[in-house]
Amino acid sequence: MFSEWKFTIRDIAEKPDLFMSGHRACAGCGPAVVMRLVLKAVRGPTIVTSATGCMEVVSTIYPYTAWATPWIHTAFENVAANASGIETAIKVLKRKGRIKQERIDVIAFGGDGGTYDIGIQALSGAVERGHDFLYVLYDNEAYMNTGIQRSGGTPHGAATTTSPAGTVIPGKPQYKKPIANIMVAHNMPYVATASPYYWKDLITKARRGIEVNGPAFLHVIAPCPRGWRYDTSKSMEISRLAVETCVFPLWEAVNGEYQLSAPSKVIALRPERKKPVREYLKAQGRFRHLFTPKFEKVIDEIQRITDERWQRLLKKCGMA
Amino acid sequence: MESVVKQKVLALNGDEAVAYAVKQSDVDVVSAYPITPQTIIVERFSEYVANGEVDAEFICVESEHSALSACLAASAVGARTFTATASAGLALMHEILYVTSGCRAPVVMAVANRALSAPINIHCDHSDSMVERDCGWIQIYVENSQEAYDSIIQAFRIAENQKIMLPVMVCLDGFTLSHTLENVHVLPDGTVKNFVGTRQFPLVTTHEGKNVPLRLDVENPMTIGPLDLPDYYFEHKRQQEEAMRNAPEIIKQIHEEYARISGRRYGDGLLDSYRLEDAEIAVICLGSTAGTVKTVVDDLRNEGVKAGLLRIRTFRPLPIEGIIKALEKVKAVAVMDRSMSFGGHGGAVFHEVRHALYDAATHPHVVNYVYGLGGRDTSPSQIREIFNDLQKILETGRVKAPVQFVGLRE
Repeated sequence: MFSEWKFTIRDIAEKPDLFMSGHRACAGCGPAVVMRLVLKAVRGPTIVTSATGCMEVVSTIYPYTAWATPWIHTAFENVAANASGIETAIKVLKRKGRIKQERIDVIAFGGDGGTYDIGIQALSGAVERGHDFLYVLYDNEAYMNTGIQRSGGTPHGAATTTSPAGTVIPGKPQYKKPIANIMVAHNMPYVATASPYYWKDLITKARRGIEVNGPAFLHVIAPCPRGWRYDTSKSMEISRLAVETCVFPLWEAVNGEYQLSAPSKVIALRPERKKPVREYLKAQGRFRHLFTPKFEKVIDEIQRITDERWQRLLKKCGMA
Repeated sequence: MESVVKQKVLALNGDEAVAYAVKQSDVDVVSAYPITPQTIIVERFSEYVANGEVDAEFICVESEHSALSACLAASAVGARTFTATASAGLALMHEILYVTSGCRAPVVMAVANRALSAPINIHCDHSDSMVERDCGWIQIYVENSQEAYDSIIQAFRIAENQKIMLPVMVCLDGFTLSHTLENVHVLPDGTVKNFVGTRQFPLVTTHEGKNVPLRLDVENPMTIGPLDLPDYYFEHKRQQEEAMRNAPEIIKQIHEEYARISGRRYGDGLLDSYRLEDAEIAVICLGSTAGTVKTVVDDLRNEGVKAGLLRIRTFRPLPIEGIIKALEKVKAVAVMDRSMSFGGHGGAVFHEVRHALYDAATHPHVVNYVYGLGGRDTSPSQIREIFNDLQKILETGRVKAPVQFVGLRE
């Protein structure tokens, strides 16, 4: 199903960037790393489309662009519909001899707002129709572009400007929507989760998403120093902790068959390696209010839900 | 000079005439979502695709918002694209209408005009497309199914013209046209294919000084739809207005070129007048109502009344000079609006015709009749009443009520 694409860090370093430097992302931006890594996975000519969001804004301030590949943005909620149109146009123009290239791949990028919330209809429709494209969700767990408002991807207890840590309500009362599982439920050929700390795993999965026939969905955790309130040097550390605490386990579902990826499989095999969520939470200012006597029980609740979701995942992977 | 081509006559309703024209226009991607009274367009086109009668892809999307988004992106890749909608569907597209014109994507769309909710109503009025008059699309309103067919074919040429590069909306009255069978003369497939040609791309200069086609081309990577801040946005909007200003002459040329092949003309392509040359009183309207007005004009002429009709075919861009010229000798004009501008003292067509006439040397009296909302029928006797009102204005020199409703229960 997938080619045996082997690569070293040197290959990746030498492969020209399609998402180039000079963009205006903040220092320590997780999503910018995700973009760069995903584009290291392309196998040939590729057209990219982005939903409105941080990454669209910072990469294309007219008359500058960070994109060395054809790129289009049209609106917030429709990036999967754009991808549908691009993929279909390539198909028919190739047939009519008006596009010479044998193959052009299509990648769509959406943030958590453009994916969990306002864009889920277009995404669900495009996947149901079976368009051949890779959808990459860079999940920084809130509407960061407009100044840190909660989304369906914001985790329980996190403080955002629309789920503030008040004296009565300790951050977001609701739980993170299991978006990747929702995508698996579409019976699509390839769904995976990734973290930029595990860069090789991320690039491999992006490549598989590109190679698979039909729609692929890659859910990448993408820490945001501004919104998560941590030092700009810590993005990779936090990307790692998310996996080590099983807050964001890494897995693939190929034709609906779940399997854990190496960094999470290690934890499944040696549960003593599973770190408490407290370590992940305390590294981020958005959870600071939970480390007070009044709201400390929320941390227990986050641990409970993390364990419950992890156990459910292990069952799906046949490792419970 | 080309001569008129021999044509088949088919019994088609307006929707079918649109679908047939799209099929013949070498379209690449059609993306649409069904909504009454546009549905037949997508049904027929789906059949053409299913039966291999057209070399195109049909994307049956999950909403009108996605329908236009898919067309826009496919158009950016280089495809000739078409969509169709009505009413709430057009309203749902609203955001992307602006994005499409702003990206200069030559998408063609048919709108089977229908009232907007609430209360929900599936029948004809122009509320849906009138509210979109500022979105940067060219708007053509057709009188019958024949004109719907002819206009769709012309629309691809207009939209893709290098000096225009704007999307085009062809508006046909829901049910009155969309669902009513007519004899429609259709050109041979090859004639239409030649007429529309293959899509050409304007060249733009890159930062490296290379001239490359304006499209998503993997050999010449281009960023389309960037963030445009106060230092450039305004100039880009002005370019759209310049394209609109280029459009009237080109619309007329394309209309004339088509007329030489088909033998059919709709005025000069912008305005279509009927017995207006020596008219003292005239009605201005859009769409299928013009047919009813013509029969009343004939009756009045037989009675010695100098009545006439001016039908605005191209509402965007608004042919201001043509309107002034057409109404030069007219003394009283009734503008018929099939939509409301709530609180705006009259409908949109009325506002714009009055605005156009401000620059005229002499002003006729201009009054407004809002009619036919939610599909209410407008009879010849009601049109006659309007002409009677105009005659009274001529006799007394006074306008009693500048804005009135037609056929409304009081």
